[in-house]
Amino acid sequence: MLSDYIAKDKKSTRDGFGAGLLEVGQKNDKVVGLCADLIGSLKMNAFMDAFPERFFQMGIAEANMMGVAAGLATSGQIPYTGTFANFSTGRVFDQIRQSIAYSHKNVKICASHAGVTLGEDGATHQIMEDVGMMKMLPGMTVINPCDYNQTKAATIAIADYDGPVYLRFGRPGWPVFMPEGEFNIGKAVHMNEGKDVSIIATGHLMWYAVEAANVLESEGVSVDLINIHTIKPLDATAILASAARTGCVVTAEEHQILGGLGGSVAQLLAANNPCPIEFVGMDDSFGESGKPDQLLAKYNMDTATILAKARAVMAKK
Amino acid sequence: MSSIIDLERVACQVRRDIIRQVHYASSGHPGGSLGCADLFTALYFKVMEHDTSFQMDGKGEDMFFLSNGHISPVFYSVLARSGYFPVEELATFRKLDSRLQGHPATHEGLPGVRIASGSLGQGLSVACGVAQAKKLNKDEKSIFCLMGDGELQEGQIWEAVMYAAHNKLDNLIGIVDWNGRQIDGDNDDVLSLGDLKGKWKTFGWTVTEVDGNNMEALVTALLEAKSNTGNGVPQVILMRTEMGHPIDFMVGSHKWHGVAPNVEQTENALAQLEETMGDYPYPAQ
Repeated sequence: MLSDYIAKDKKSTRDGFGAGLLEVGQKNDKVVGLCADLIGSLKMNAFMDAFPERFFQMGIAEANMMGVAAGLATSGQIPYTGTFANFSTGRVFDQIRQSIAYSHKNVKICASHAGVTLGEDGATHQIMEDVGMMKMLPGMTVINPCDYNQTKAATIAIADYDGPVYLRFGRPGWPVFMPEGEFNIGKAVHMNEGKDVSIIATGHLMWYAVEAANVLESEGVSVDLINIHTIKPLDATAILASAARTGCVVTAEEHQILGGLGGSVAQLLAANNPCPIEFVGMDDSFGESGKPDQLLAKYNMDTATILAKARAVMAKK
Repeated sequence: MSSIIDLERVACQVRRDIIRQVHYASSGHPGGSLGCADLFTALYFKVMEHDTSFQMDGKGEDMFFLSNGHISPVFYSVLARSGYFPVEELATFRKLDSRLQGHPATHEGLPGVRIASGSLGQGLSVACGVAQAKKLNKDEKSIFCLMGDGELQEGQIWEAVMYAAHNKLDNLIGIVDWNGRQIDGDNDDVLSLGDLKGKWKTFGWTVTEVDGNNMEALVTALLEAKSNTGNGVPQVILMRTEMGHPIDFMVGSHKWHGVAPNVEQTENALAQLEETMGDYPYPAQ
């Protein structure tokens, strides 16, 4: 139920990754860490200190890092690579495509500072196209958890899955509202059942979707709220069931609308249950310097936009 | 199999296989494949301790990585001739539903291939990862990685070169097919490699040079490199070869980098190569 999801405190999703990496390193001695000169930013210090022999400093050489990870995976290790999302995808797309995805290597590509919430560093670093690139690769699993707890759980869970994974998280302190513990790859979390509108969100915008849902419910609108942490493979069952209940859908993500979660959901619905849909995300633009909340507001990826789109999509039914 | 003469006879059959694969597929890369036939034969029939029952992790084995994947015909021939898969399968090279893709891949499960290659510059990084894993797992076997000379124009190679030296990957032996040619012409005309020996040395590697089309010299150099592992320094062998060696109308020309010989040219080439191990059959049409 919606009332179960209350923000307790603020912690970053990258901190969730760091905590998860340490824990999965303790559980599984095949796990190794690689980082391209961003150990502090990726919160990989704890793993490095606990397992120095299983940690590899790669320097500012991301292409090599992806190849070395593929080699480590060939030998049976479970490599977790760490750098910013920008340098985890666009910079090394061909290396991931050939040496990891096509070669089916068990590499976990862990990408921090995704999206505009990276903030002041500006558009050079604010990648908004990474999910699109990664979801197009055959065999690639794409996960974009929404808070500290979910990121930590995802980081631990992916070690038990044999195959390449893109795990996307971010920089800022962010409300922690999900329960600790279990994470099922590809299985959406149905956070609230409703009949008027479906809100399907991923990553940081999941919290804004919770806020929007609370507002709508207080106005008497019944919201079906889906937490879609795994963008690929997409939980088609959960999404189609939600659309069947409500007859209209809003997607929300901190990513380009073109090529992100919204595109995947729209394709699914178009083929199976065409219904009105609205998209919250970056509208074919680069970001800029600023504070995370300012940027999310300026580029229409905030609670107010989700509310407006939800009202608009219900009117189209 | 160990004598130099025996190895040369294998290499001769491998060269026949290369010509026949590329001709039958009407596509492929004969030039670099022919130039490297001696190297592949030396590695798989003499130098490397390897298991043709094939385990992906290569635990307890010497392992080979091909970075310049376009010379797949020589790789496939040597894998088949050394027992990884039936030689008859060479007839499927580049055909629909084959495990022998234009460039080597793991996707179809071809035994002997551990990584896809073709997009250049990536193999040495993968070999570094395997070398790193062998150290982690206290496996003292060696890793060989072949690169093309033109491929050294890719920046990722030098990231890997730096990484291997910094991390003392002394179980890693790089090999450069230094034939001086690439698709558009001579290396020196396209993008000069400059002082290649000096470059590797400055990056912290031990460098040796060898005539890659002299089996005796090649075997000696490879065995010596293997015996020099464990010294804290990665090694590279700059291997002088002739593209197209030894086919008289192909040798030394970049024009045969990626062109298939026609019927007449194939007959001419095969007439220059003794059938030492029996040709694999072409399927009935």
